[in-house]
Amino acid sequence: MQRFPCPFCGLRDEREFSYVGDFGKVRPDTKARVSDAEWAAYLYDQKNPKGQSTEIWVHLPCQEYFKMTRDTVSMDVIDAAPLRKPAQ
Amino acid sequence: MTARRIHIATAGSKRLAFTFDGQPLQGVAGDTIASALLGVGVRIVGRSFKYHRPRGVWGGWTDDPNAIFDVSLAGVTKPNVQGTATLLEDGMIVRSVNSWPTARFDVKAGLDLLSPFLPAGFYYKMFKWPDWHLFEPAIRKMAGLGRVGPDVADGPDGLQIHDQCDVLVVGGGPAGLSAARAAAHAGQDVVLVDDHPDVGGSLRDNPCQIDGTAPAVWITPQTDAIKAAGGRIMARTTAFGIYDHSLISLHQTAPFATHPKLIRMRAGRVILATGAIDRPVVFGNNDLPGVMSLRGAAAYLHRHDVLTGTDITLLASAQDVAHFGPMFERAGAQVRVLPLETEGLRAVGRGKVRALSYGTNRHHADAVLCSAGLSPLVHLWCHAGGQLEWDAGRGAFLPGAGPDHLSIVGGARGANDLDQSIDDGHKAATGQTPAPLPSIAPLPTTPKPSRARQWIDLQNDVTTKDVALAAQENFASVEHLKRYTTLGMATDQGKTSNVNGLTALAVQLGKPIADVGTTRFRPPYVPVPLQLYRGARSSTQIAPLQRSVLEPQIRALGGAMAEYGGWLRPAWYGDDMTTAIAQECAQARNDVAMLDASSLGKIEVMGPDAAGFLNFVYYNSIANLPAGKIRYGFMLTERGIIYDDGVMARLDENHFVVSCSSSHVSGVTALLEAWRQDGHDPDRVFVHNVTQAWATVTVTGPKARDVVAALDLGIDLQAEAFAHMSLRLGTYDGMPVRVCRVSFTGELSFEISIARDSAPNLWDHVHQLGATPIGMEATSILRAEKGYIIIGKDTDGETMPQDLGLIGPRDRKTQPYVGNRGLQTPVAKATGRQQLVGLAVPEGATQLPTGAHLTAAGKSIGYVTSSYLSPTLGHPIALGLVQDGLSRLNADLTVYHLGENRSARIVPACWYDPKGDRLNA
Amino acid sequence: MKYSAFSILREGLRGHRGWAKAWHNPTPKDTYDVVIIGGGGHGLATAYYLAKNHGVSRVAVIEKGWLGGGNTGRNTTAIRSNYFYPQSTALYDLSVRLYEDLSRELNYNVMFSQRGIMTLAHSEPDMEMAARQVNAMQLGGVDAELLNRDQVRKYAPLLNFRDDARFPIHGATWQGRAGTGRHDAVAWGYARAADSLGVDIIQNCAVTGVLIEGGVCKGVETSQGLIRAGKVGAAVAGHSTNLADMAGYSLPIHSYALQAFVSEPVKPVMNTVALSPALGVYFSQSDKGGIVVGGGLDRVPSYGQRGNTPMHDVVLGGLVEMAPILAKVKLLRHWGGIVDVTPDSSPIIGPSPVPGLYLNCGWGTGGFKAIPAGGYLFAHLLARDSHHEISRPFDLDRFQTGHLIDESAASGIAH
Repeated sequence: MQRFPCPFCGLRDEREFSYVGDFGKVRPDTKARVSDAEWAAYLYDQKNPKGQSTEIWVHLPCQEYFKMTRDTVSMDVIDAAPLRKPAQ
Repeated sequence: MTARRIHIATAGSKRLAFTFDGQPLQGVAGDTIASALLGVGVRIVGRSFKYHRPRGVWGGWTDDPNAIFDVSLAGVTKPNVQGTATLLEDGMIVRSVNSWPTARFDVKAGLDLLSPFLPAGFYYKMFKWPDWHLFEPAIRKMAGLGRVGPDVADGPDGLQIHDQCDVLVVGGGPAGLSAARAAAHAGQDVVLVDDHPDVGGSLRDNPCQIDGTAPAVWITPQTDAIKAAGGRIMARTTAFGIYDHSLISLHQTAPFATHPKLIRMRAGRVILATGAIDRPVVFGNNDLPGVMSLRGAAAYLHRHDVLTGTDITLLASAQDVAHFGPMFERAGAQVRVLPLETEGLRAVGRGKVRALSYGTNRHHADAVLCSAGLSPLVHLWCHAGGQLEWDAGRGAFLPGAGPDHLSIVGGARGANDLDQSIDDGHKAATGQTPAPLPSIAPLPTTPKPSRARQWIDLQNDVTTKDVALAAQENFASVEHLKRYTTLGMATDQGKTSNVNGLTALAVQLGKPIADVGTTRFRPPYVPVPLQLYRGARSSTQIAPLQRSVLEPQIRALGGAMAEYGGWLRPAWYGDDMTTAIAQECAQARNDVAMLDASSLGKIEVMGPDAAGFLNFVYYNSIANLPAGKIRYGFMLTERGIIYDDGVMARLDENHFVVSCSSSHVSGVTALLEAWRQDGHDPDRVFVHNVTQAWATVTVTGPKARDVVAALDLGIDLQAEAFAHMSLRLGTYDGMPVRVCRVSFTGELSFEISIARDSAPNLWDHVHQLGATPIGMEATSILRAEKGYIIIGKDTDGETMPQDLGLIGPRDRKTQPYVGNRGLQTPVAKATGRQQLVGLAVPEGATQLPTGAHLTAAGKSIGYVTSSYLSPTLGHPIALGLVQDGLSRLNADLTVYHLGENRSARIVPACWYDPKGDRLNA
Repeated sequence: MKYSAFSILREGLRGHRGWAKAWHNPTPKDTYDVVIIGGGGHGLATAYYLAKNHGVSRVAVIEKGWLGGGNTGRNTTAIRSNYFYPQSTALYDLSVRLYEDLSRELNYNVMFSQRGIMTLAHSEPDMEMAARQVNAMQLGGVDAELLNRDQVRKYAPLLNFRDDARFPIHGATWQGRAGTGRHDAVAWGYARAADSLGVDIIQNCAVTGVLIEGGVCKGVETSQGLIRAGKVGAAVAGHSTNLADMAGYSLPIHSYALQAFVSEPVKPVMNTVALSPALGVYFSQSDKGGIVVGGGLDRVPSYGQRGNTPMHDVVLGGLVEMAPILAKVKLLRHWGGIVDVTPDSSPIIGPSPVPGLYLNCGWGTGGFKAIPAGGYLFAHLLARDSHHEISRPFDLDRFQTGHLIDESAASGIAH
């Protein structure tokens, strides 16, 4: 059982979290022409690094999405930060 | 003579009656099953897996591979009970495994004669012709150890507890006690676990003076000090696995017939003080009962007053001989010594050892106590990712580099000296570097050639010859060796056989052991009952059903409850399903019916960007929906696949309620949140799932308006004022209600949502006004008559909106939306897509089976998704997904179901009120 | 030497001194016609069929550890072709058919035991989905039956037949030709047969780079030096992304730990394989007597070859619910393998984006059962540079066209 740090709720049991996807994926502007290859790359390709990986996760009880960097081999959690902009 | 009880300390202990293979026997309180058997002189406790060789007790605790029993007590039977580590209880029925009728007289004992023709991996080389299936049943019957009893515990099967501490110390021997005491003294929250019923470890197996006092005198002050400093000591508790983020699984055993506990301990630091076990000496016929672990025999003597022989030969290092020899002599045994390097050594005897022979010498022995050195118990170290390094002097794998939060002390790191163990524990607990281990000269551990078989894995019958054969055939990797010969794959997981197997392989390959390497230790450290993992979760607790606030009302009306999409809902009302469903349909079509729609999703979407947000997330255009209006729409995946359907109601400019299907509430909420937070400005749109806060009573049927009018909601219900697909706010009994004119039945319908606490009153009122409650089955038929779909039933994971004929947004919506690009991929535009159609059977034919396939030239081109006998129409109706179905109207197709063919015609997927007059009434 | 009961007898009489090496330890040559990366089942089978079916004998299989040491030696050994879509059925039933004769073809007993697999239906809607599945299989030419509750009880009396069970048993789909095999033997049998056809199996040889010249893959850099190749085939389940990174392309693959569990051996209590999609558990009993249990992927993507505890409660707790008498049986060992998971959970067989480099990956949780077909089709692709018709739908290009083959979406059968 791993523990992940929700930036809002603190260290919680892994079962409260769900993996969402790679961090930094931007949906192509579909108003412009997006080739099948570009679309497939956006939709399906994974970074899937062996080692450090920066990902989006959601903490299910509080429903907050956040960015987490962790090591996919050692399972060490390196960093977690809110996805949203800091309050101005 | 053989093993016997020498009554000293246990003289006054309570006697425990038990049977072994039917024979009534007696043990004493504190015995393990194995010590009780040894105490009454039982030598053969079981039979080996492959050759049915007689097996006696080898070890004193969990390192034993032989003493495996089926045990019954108080109606509970457990297979494969490890006799050396299970406390005897009064009345136990103990049966040997892998033997019949008894361990002593086993009818399959003759198999051993065939052993020359059953070498390692023989089964890979034969049984191919004519067919494996001819041989397999007999082999299966021969294999296996214990028998699984038919008893099943009712209710909770075990307890799962989550706990945490600063420091977890595993093992209560001298090193562990020292570590726990020092850590507790330093103010740490300490837990010490030991798998024995008492702490003390090697001090109890093998007493020697410590700090000038007897061991028992030393142990008590340590435990007192640990407890006084707030530490906890858990006996009978095995740490069996270390998992990520320093989670340690602990198995706490209890009396035999009670439930065990699984404790998941999160420890800041872990100190492993797991000790070490004897490595067997490999010599001829070393599997004979009476050949035992030296330290195991010492434990039987000191813990249980059982002397394992009267004519004992020690086969061990000079240091061990000097230490242990006098103990057995003092207990009354004659002790002889043979050096480990004795050439040509073999045990002699049938069923038990009677003598040892070497060269031309031979001497009597009824017990041979062996230690070729110590093997540290590094299993947990490896679970946590710790490395191992071969130490040639100790002939053992010692812990190398490991994770920061883990320390390993005492015998488990190769420190076999008592003072050093105590020092190790103290240093680990106080953050000091342990003293370096003295290097020692290697013991002769290489097996000497012998005419007799030399055994390495006693349970799985692996000999040095098997290892040689594996090497000869190039199964030269340790993992290949293990898998090819089954060495180390028995229930003891190779605790005793691992190093000897590697040594034998290294000899064969002419390589140093360090280069041969070792296999991975995997959890659990000792086998643990599967019931631990169930904990208290059985039956309905596994996947709890969601329930409506109206369930008591529904049950009172005779609702037959069943699961629909994770919710418990009424299938119909009354006793007779067929009649009830037909009557319910008729009531809805001709009069007025009511149903509980509380499970439908109610997700509020609010904020200045709400309209734009929903316009993006939904296939249908939402931005232009006027306030007070409702629109049906699809939520697509980015592939363009229909994920959910639902209705969006706009309350005002910036406030919507999304009603999704019952089984998709959490999924739709999650998708809305994902797009909101990762793609939109989360400060300008809010998503709030209020499904459980509002209950919904739907009134449907031509007379629905009269019933709703009588509720006095303060809403003008006339069609001109309150049209189909619109929403009005009102009050019922002072509580706000939201009334939607949407319909899943095809009849005039009002969905009235109200705070859940007020719903029972509303429900009762509607019922008193004459509405007939209808269940899910009637509702399903009513909607099918209209051709309304159920997502996931009438669509599958390939269905796109155009497959249902809904192409408007795809062709006209200009703003991007989820799935828009997916609808432009080649697969979306391909011909041959499966499209939803109606299916009619020939006059007089019975209804089509749901799941039947439509075929063309014997190939499937689609399948029946829904099928009913329509009470309204008096004939069967069905929906199906069929390749290019929308362009095959009126075509007759063959329908295939479980070997039989029949025919059906493709028709429009709406049988009832196609113009929607009743809906809009 | 040919393996047989006779040769065992003969060798038994002379102390088994005559058995030859099952495979050799060759030094890598400078160049091969085909280099296969990955000495698991798929890689070894590919090499065997290249030599056997296509006469390509200058073949090397490069394995970073010991052969068969990846997912081939870490799975629950189920073999089946109970799929919904015709593309899947064609692929997996080719595999079952090859398995049916594999022991005799390889002269190595892989112990394919056709003890049948049942997928339980826990409700009437489940039964309708089961019928849909059975009809699809029968129309696709694959054996399948729809079992009622009593028939299920006959095959597997230890299952939970209580009426108040959370997931009561209404019936099941049944494939009688499905079953289990001896996983290590599959790797060893293919290795021995390939070796005897002249294939070089090179263990303890890690690929450190992909040699690309003029945009074309010309070989691999390894811990034992540069090896040139006419074509390179990658069959590196779990680590396909790492190879893609070396060669400079992306894959629609995510790596997950998939765990498996085995109990101590007990006398036979279960003679078939049973799967409960609702509980997410399936199990069988090995010939040795161990209850072999599998479930779904871990929740957290990872390369940790060990697995994590939440899945233990799901799978083993679910097993006890599914077969309550097993509560007292003890777990002997659990382990994890790293599997490639594609968006549709179907494999990828086809050219990679780099010419000269070919892919066999993405088998997800089901690679073992597909070993013979995976090897057979991959060998065809490598030898002829064109797809066998059965592998064509599984090309990487399906993610661009959208022609995914997503069994879970269609059939309700856990993949």
